[in-house]
Amino acid sequence: MVIKSINWMAGGPQGSGVDTASNVFGRACGYGGLYVFGRREYHSNIKGLHSYFHQRISTQPLLANVNDVNLLAAFDAETVVRHMNEVVAEGGIIVDSAQLNTKVLDIPTLPPEFKTEIGKFMKENALGETVNDWLEYSKKRDVHVFPVPYMALLIQIGKKLGVEQISKITRMINVLTIGISFSLLKYDRALGEKAVLDTFSEKGKIADMNALAFNHAYDYATETFKDNFKHRLEKISITEERIFLTGNQAVAMGKVLGGCRVQTYYPITPAADESEYLEAHEILKTSGGDEAILVIQTEDEIAAINSASGAALTGARAATSTSGPGFSLMVEGLSWAGNSEVPVVITYYQRGAPATGLPTRHGQADLRFVMHAGHGEFPRIILASGDIKECFYDAAKVFNLAEKYQVPVIHLLDKAMANCSQTFPVFDYANFKIDRGSILTEKDLEGKEYRRFQFTETGISPRVMLGTKNGVHWYTGDEHNEEGHISEEPSNRKMMMEKRMKKLELVEKEVPIEDKLGFYGDQKAESVVLSWGSPKGAIIEAINLLQEEGLRLGFVQIRMIIPFPTGEIKRVLEGKKRVIDIEHNYNGQLGQVVKEQTGVTPNFHILKYTGRPMTTTEVYDALKLVLTDQAAERQVLMFGS
Amino acid sequence: MVLKPIDFKVADVYADWCPGCGDFGIMNGVQMAFAELGLEPHQIVMVSGIGCSGKEPHNVKCFGVHTLHGRALPFAMGIKAANPALEVVAIGGDGDGLGIGAGHFVNAGRRDLDMTYIIHNNGVYGLTKGQASPTLRRDEKTKALPRPNINEPVNPIGLALISGFTFAARSYAYDVRHLKDTIKQAVQHKGMAFVECLQPCPTYNDITTKDWYAGEDRKDAQGKPQSRLYKLDEIGWDPVVKDWNEDFKKKMAALEKTQEWGDRIPIGVFYKNELEPTFQERYSKRVPFYLTNPPAKQKLVDDNGNSNVDLKQFLDELKTS
Repeated sequence: MVIKSINWMAGGPQGSGVDTASNVFGRACGYGGLYVFGRREYHSNIKGLHSYFHQRISTQPLLANVNDVNLLAAFDAETVVRHMNEVVAEGGIIVDSAQLNTKVLDIPTLPPEFKTEIGKFMKENALGETVNDWLEYSKKRDVHVFPVPYMALLIQIGKKLGVEQISKITRMINVLTIGISFSLLKYDRALGEKAVLDTFSEKGKIADMNALAFNHAYDYATETFKDNFKHRLEKISITEERIFLTGNQAVAMGKVLGGCRVQTYYPITPAADESEYLEAHEILKTSGGDEAILVIQTEDEIAAINSASGAALTGARAATSTSGPGFSLMVEGLSWAGNSEVPVVITYYQRGAPATGLPTRHGQADLRFVMHAGHGEFPRIILASGDIKECFYDAAKVFNLAEKYQVPVIHLLDKAMANCSQTFPVFDYANFKIDRGSILTEKDLEGKEYRRFQFTETGISPRVMLGTKNGVHWYTGDEHNEEGHISEEPSNRKMMMEKRMKKLELVEKEVPIEDKLGFYGDQKAESVVLSWGSPKGAIIEAINLLQEEGLRLGFVQIRMIIPFPTGEIKRVLEGKKRVIDIEHNYNGQLGQVVKEQTGVTPNFHILKYTGRPMTTTEVYDALKLVLTDQAAERQVLMFGS
Repeated sequence: MVLKPIDFKVADVYADWCPGCGDFGIMNGVQMAFAELGLEPHQIVMVSGIGCSGKEPHNVKCFGVHTLHGRALPFAMGIKAANPALEVVAIGGDGDGLGIGAGHFVNAGRRDLDMTYIIHNNGVYGLTKGQASPTLRRDEKTKALPRPNINEPVNPIGLALISGFTFAARSYAYDVRHLKDTIKQAVQHKGMAFVECLQPCPTYNDITTKDWYAGEDRKDAQGKPQSRLYKLDEIGWDPVVKDWNEDFKKKMAALEKTQEWGDRIPIGVFYKNELEPTFQERYSKRVPFYLTNPPAKQKLVDDNGNSNVDLKQFLDELKTS
């Protein structure tokens, strides 16, 4: 099924309101009953470096982004230079007319390696040196160029608002481009205005100022650009309730639903937004009494994991949220939690690594790391979500897993999911069950002797929360006996190791298949894609496109990483001609794990490690080469600035 | 039920410190303090780091959480913040709290949770066989060191004062009565309390020994040892900040007092300020039911076993249709 969609893109220097504008654009489309898939790209920088945002819009649900841009709103010259060639024939570019004479190679924020690339491009295509020369090249490809005098418009708006100092309102360039975009797309003006007002609703008169700017720009474009821009955005009427949210927000809501009442964190991209969002909503509405989530910003990630573990011992459902560098610091704490059977949750947003890596970009190179992090052997559960909806439900489920099996649980996510925004029918959560596992209370313990790490058949010992009368017990990072006191005795050691480790067998047995694996496409086809995490959306869309052409293949999304669903995957791979591993890392880590666990080696790899997420277009192209026997064993994807 | 120190002993755990170790004194001081405070074992959580001192919770009958090297305070913070009704006492060695865990020490002061932190200060890393700890003085060569200590020592009480601890005291492992009284005051203090407990290490510290503290090397004319330790009470020291106007002065005076070392070493309470709102008080302003229904006690579920949370406040903001 080919999805008809419009891909709108805004770009500009960081701090110029690209995100805000894009949020307005997406919301306005949502108000019109349309589905939105938004993707955000930004530098590790506060102000000045290039950032951009895609909003892909359709009447049908969207799962990923595509390469082609239909309308580009350029706040600055760099955006034109970087993205001009992504705009398709009959697409459009909105550009500041004051930038037309800017010399491309004089743009100060262009990094030297990029200048070399564009220098080559200019030479090959005999391009002149100004932005205007570049746009002439686009026009030859049938791209419409819409030059807009941003400053002149701001002066007119300033007059209407009684603001003389234009520098105070230059930030509204972002909203101008929305007004112009919606005019060109002939989209319902009132919905755009409503999105502006709602976005700025907490900022008093700023909301009205922006609404005025939006309308001014809308009128300007309607009067000025009469040429026939063929792309249209039309609102449709829907009856269902929908939400527009990011992965960070979905995780935060899921956590609250799942009973998380303590969240610790140390600021890190792309995880911190989740904690801040939780803190902003700390007081919870419940069907019972007053409840709240306590969010603690700790001094480092070491304190974050260990204070979350401490909180978990008291009976609070507790989590910490981080990214690769932060998790590196948490590793010793993870080992302690594993040894002491602490139900602590770690929400892990992968980003471009190693080291500081690409701090604001995407990556999936930490699979092996989370599987093996921590000295020694101890049980852990790892659940990897593949889209925003899964983020929500998984974020809630992991607390049940953690408490039921008394193990640390890692909820594995990535930057692409954290920062993308999507519309969904409102999540149904009315019947989300809380399973706290085996807990003994003061009453249960009366007259009895309690041993925290009592040997049992399943390996799970009933828990008692710190502070419970009649239940005094001990924890230690040392090997311990049933009471929780230090023990180095070989016989106790053997039993204690086995007690802890065998809990995983129970997890494997009890977790339903749909939480372990996701099945898409044609499972009977002779080719199957294996993947995990955020490539899910692009893969499903690509498979659907290929199916239209009669090219069939199945897709298995691996959701549970530990315990690894070895048996199920083995069955899936049986007799397949092509096993295609798709992920965002260099080594094809999931492919390696599959080989280790099942003995089956994927024969094709489609990998990307540029820090930018895969698009449907890229995955489609790469898979098509595989299915038509034209592909190398290893394809490395490159799209995205 | 009034409990005695013996009720806080753990019968079947052998205390495996070296004979003469100060940890025995500290353990007794802690047990006596808990008994005199009228606490019951289940009301207390003792959190420790790694090292000889880290084993102490196993010898005290209350909840014991023996954690990682340097991390007693983060665990303690999580426990106290999630269930503020618990009496949380964190303990650790000088290397644990002022070396590997120094960052947590500083930030515990800023946070001012209402709990207690006791550092066992013996100048060496005992369990790894006698390396220099952050409190060992420069140029001192305790017996296991291959070379004299090349670094300056950290000033534990000074660091506590400038980090925002609202109670800072020092005691001595072999003056169990003083130690017990100091720990009691620390536990009763409203805010983050710090106790530095001076402690000989009979095995590895041959400089600040029991005899050295007792002044065996400096006998008076009658042949009586002149103890190096003296009590701040006895010189009329008033550590209590009664008005914000005197806070800075009292803090600076306390800081100055920490400079005394060698032949005269003060023990007792250096500084105490209960005017500062604790973390619990600050957070209660935002979440008024925090103390009555803290995170550890919240229900999470409704009568059908479903999550009790209504996500409306989140969803309303996110709704587009």
